[in-house]
Amino acid sequence: MPEFAVEALNIVRTFKDGEVRALDDVTLHVPQSQVFGLLGPNGSGKTTMVRILSTILLPTSGTATVNGVDVVKHPDRIRRSIGLAGQYATVDENLTGAENLKMIGSLNHLEKSFVVPRSKELLDQFGLTHAANRTVKTYSGGMRRRLDLAAALVAKPPLLFLDEPTTGLDPQSRQDLWAIIEELVEEGTTVLLTTQYLEEADRLAKQLVVLDHGKIIAEGTSQQLKTRLGNTVLVLTFLNTADAKRGEELIRDISSQPANVDGTVVEFTVDRGPVAAADALRRIDAANITLSGLTIREPSLDDVFLNLTGHKAEDPAPSDDDVTATSQSRKASS
Amino acid sequence: MTTISTARPVRSERSSLRWTISDVITMAKRNLLALVRIPTSLVFAVIQPIMFVLLFRYVFGGEIKIPGVSFVNYLIPGILVQTMLFGAVGTAIGLAEDLHRGLIERFRALPMARMAVLAGRTVSDLVRNVGVLLVITVVGFAIDFRPHGGVPDYIAACLLMLTFAYCVSWGFAFIGLAAPNSETAQAISFPVIFPLTFASAIFVQVSSMPGWLRPFANNQPVSQVTEAVRGLMLGTPTGSSVWVALAWSVGAIVVLGPLATSRYRKVA
Repeated sequence: MPEFAVEALNIVRTFKDGEVRALDDVTLHVPQSQVFGLLGPNGSGKTTMVRILSTILLPTSGTATVNGVDVVKHPDRIRRSIGLAGQYATVDENLTGAENLKMIGSLNHLEKSFVVPRSKELLDQFGLTHAANRTVKTYSGGMRRRLDLAAALVAKPPLLFLDEPTTGLDPQSRQDLWAIIEELVEEGTTVLLTTQYLEEADRLAKQLVVLDHGKIIAEGTSQQLKTRLGNTVLVLTFLNTADAKRGEELIRDISSQPANVDGTVVEFTVDRGPVAAADALRRIDAANITLSGLTIREPSLDDVFLNLTGHKAEDPAPSDDDVTATSQSRKASS
Repeated sequence: MTTISTARPVRSERSSLRWTISDVITMAKRNLLALVRIPTSLVFAVIQPIMFVLLFRYVFGGEIKIPGVSFVNYLIPGILVQTMLFGAVGTAIGLAEDLHRGLIERFRALPMARMAVLAGRTVSDLVRNVGVLLVITVVGFAIDFRPHGGVPDYIAACLLMLTFAYCVSWGFAFIGLAAPNSETAQAISFPVIFPLTFASAIFVQVSSMPGWLRPFANNQPVSQVTEAVRGLMLGTPTGSSVWVALAWSVGAIVVLGPLATSRYRKVA
């Protein structure tokens, strides 16, 4: 087995005759048997990257191999070793859960004697046995997503692409899906996960790449990314916005970075949390301002993202939003 | 949660042609299951043509006089051709839905034959047409349809219709892949279908139409197919219509097949 499950070198992908650069010189090395996170807001190029690596789309330039096989030269060989679960649960809603898995098995050119027990096993594993013979139309969003993931796993692919697997799911369904992903990785599967949820990347991914406007703006472990920002976030909650504004001005110098003010909540990134907290409290108290809350917390990837890009991860990037969905001029050939 | 079993995936060893056929069958089966499960599509495919038969037989039929033949004998071959043409709209809608729901994208990442999506769709529509043909034939017999052309000619007429409809369905595959959504696919299909169906020899004789319409109505492919089918079923002279109908079919698939295929390569 090659050292890297995915090796992508200097991938560029343009749309609309070069007007839009969805991916701009992206290089990735995805190690085997772990979750690799591709993090970024809508329109940052995550889905385009997954589509290139899963042989759906050709890169404009650059090279990529999946388990050592070139995506442009031998897409058919790659298709046998990958699973893809999309952003929009792409299962056939007129078929039952069991029929969907059987169909995917058969299109994967697997023997029926393998597909039938395998489908049962997956339906059971994903808690869908009771709904196996119901048409997908009757499924909830979480059930669809689990079936979508099950469909991607029918052929037991060593590499799984999960493109925003939990977008739009309720918290419980999301937790369930996370548990499934963790179990898969424990069994040796490599997962390339894209997400705009920093919590998700933090929880699942060992290594991360942060994309913004088609460029890599940071990479490393989530711990490394957080450390880049100082150690602690100080969160002060005031009684009203006027107090918050005044308080922020008073203690502005406790951090080298500007505060993040959101209504009555003021956040500072600081080096030494407790010392900064004591200092802030003293000065706010001396000015006769009352606090309604104070928290010291470890920085989240949200803080990292805000710091790196100047906008929040959940905000869509200002340009080239739906490019990947609408402009598909140059497709991969089989 | 149970653990995943250790069984390794078993891939069948078959030639690529056999795989292509197997993929087409898998896709066709899936489309047919959907047809049976969506009530509106079943109504569209089967109930609507029966309504047309009854409507023309009992409501409009009294007003339409065709010399030398009972109206029901004149009507049923035409209704069959009309139903198959209308069925092609389903090809457009089905493909548009698959495309815009992202299903085709999933298929693209599978090691399946690429053409199976298009071929599976047109084949399932062909199978549906065979079913509709049987149903209408039975309904026809129940309301005094009496073809005199003999069984071999009846079967030949059916094969001719099915061939023509199959070839034309590639054009609707193109519409389905070019439309931004399934509603638009349907909206584009009907203006194509209506003049071909109603300005034709399907329901009335072309000689009853105004002079300016006759050259089109006489020579357009649907009229030719209808003349051929009617002649074969009723045992009346077919003239050149059988060969003209076959020529239109071949022409349609030669032009529309590559058109749909290249569109498919672009969008999927």
